[in-house]
Order: sequence, then C-alpha cells, then structure tokens
Amino acid sequence: MVDIDLTKLAFESVVIGNDLKVAAERVVRPILTQASRCGYCSQDQFALRLALEESLCNAFRHGNGCDPDKRISARWAIREDVAVICVADEGDGFDPSAVPDPRREENREKPYGRGVMLMRAYMTELRFNEQGNEVCMIKVRKRSGARPTGT
Amino acid sequence: MSRADELVVVEQTDNGACIARLVPSNVLDELQITGIGRQLTDLVDQGARRLVVDFSRVDHLSSSALGMLITVRQGLSQVKGDMRLCNIRPEIYEVFKITGLDKLFVIQPTVTEALASLR
Repeated sequence: MVDIDLTKLAFESVVIGNDLKVAAERVVRPILTQASRCGYCSQDQFALRLALEESLCNAFRHGNGCDPDKRISARWAIREDVAVICVADEGDGFDPSAVPDPRREENREKPYGRGVMLMRAYMTELRFNEQGNEVCMIKVRKRSGARPTGT
Repeated sequence: MSRADELVVVEQTDNGACIARLVPSNVLDELQITGIGRQLTDLVDQGARRLVVDFSRVDHLSSSALGMLITVRQGLSQVKGDMRLCNIRPEIYEVFKITGLDKLFVIQPTVTEALASLR
C-alpha cells in the first residue's frame, strides 16, 4: 500500500457530462500533459492513460449506464513522485473484489470484464470508496524500463 | 480502395486472405471501436475466412477494443475461419499478455508471417 493520505492532496477537479469525448478533452488531456511536464516516462504515461481511460469508460458505461443526463466527476493531483487520479460516477457502485478473473480459461473468451484488471496491473494501487462508485488510482513514478506486474 | 473516413483499411491478397490495417483512433470513442468491429464483422459476412489484423499504426488499446477483437474472432470461428494479429508494439503486446489474451489470439511479428501461418 502506498503511504499517501489522499485527503491532504491538492486536487484539481472537474465535473462533466456522461460523455467520453468531453472526458478525453477535459480529463485525459490535462492529466497526460501534467504527467509529461513532471517527467513521467513514456511507459508511465501509457499506464496512466490506459488506467484513466478504463476508469472513464467504466464510469460512462457501467456506472452511469450510458445515461447522457448523468455526470462523471474527476479529480487529480500529479506530482513528480506520485500521480493520484480519482474518477466517480452517479451509479450504485460495484464490488471490485467480485469481478471474475478474465485470465481464467472459462472467462477468456468473454468480450468484457478486463478494465479493472488492467487498472490494477498498470497502477501502483487502486482505492475504491465504500459504495464502489469512485476509484482513486495511485501511480508511483517509476524509473524508465520498469514493466507492469500483471498481478 | 478504402474511404479516408474509414477506421480500417482493407487489402485483399491474391490467395483470398484479408489484411485489415487498423487506423489510429481515439480509444475513448466507443463509436469508433464499434465501427471498427462492424467493419471487421462485415468482412466476415462478405466471405472473408482468413483475416490478418495489422496493428502497426495502433499505439494504444482499451479493454473495449479487446472485447471487440474477441467478438470478431468468435464470428470467424463460427464460419470456420481464422485470424492473426501482427505488428503489435511491445507495450500493446503487454496488454494482451496481462489479460491472458496472448493465449487466445495467434500473434505474429509481421503481416508476411501472419499470412504464412494462416495457410
């Protein structure tokens, strides 16, 4: 577990409609720009983008049920040592521990169910709120050359 | 010849295989992923049985895109077709490996090797 108190971070935040194009412009782009400025290597930026996009897609589709009247909230703090990104939706939430392992043979041909696993693999730590409708993704900046663990 | 706004550029080989080159797209745009899936499915519906999907211009991937590829593969399997993926850069291959999909898809280094392995 990363030793960081999320309540003490200075977050930037936005609330947007349930629209992935708007999310790409107002959430993904500024976060990746800040990560680049803070010196995150290309592998770390790939990881941040992948996990962030998975979280936004989950919020859009599963949390908000593709409902255009619902909203997505995002907040982030990008520091030179660690990046923290939180994405919340207006859904009922879910139990992340109940998501089946997509690597098991019986699940391998299912065309869904890999988003949370990818987020776990590419981030240092995920923290969900109790309701399960907000995920905070923590990425400790790595040296170039490090690979995601896949665990 | 494909239109400029298409998401997949398709080339037919002399021996009837199809090479589908994915055009870079915004991974967050679900409509684009759906559109790519529809174009690949259309190829199968139109008779393609050997399909090579070329990732050389793809620098990012999402779980939605993986799901789309699985669905296309299932459609091909139902008509006894087969597919290969190729030109996948290392960071994208890592996504396949982490999700275990390197065991489901046959991944070849190049289009030439992918075509050869489909014969």
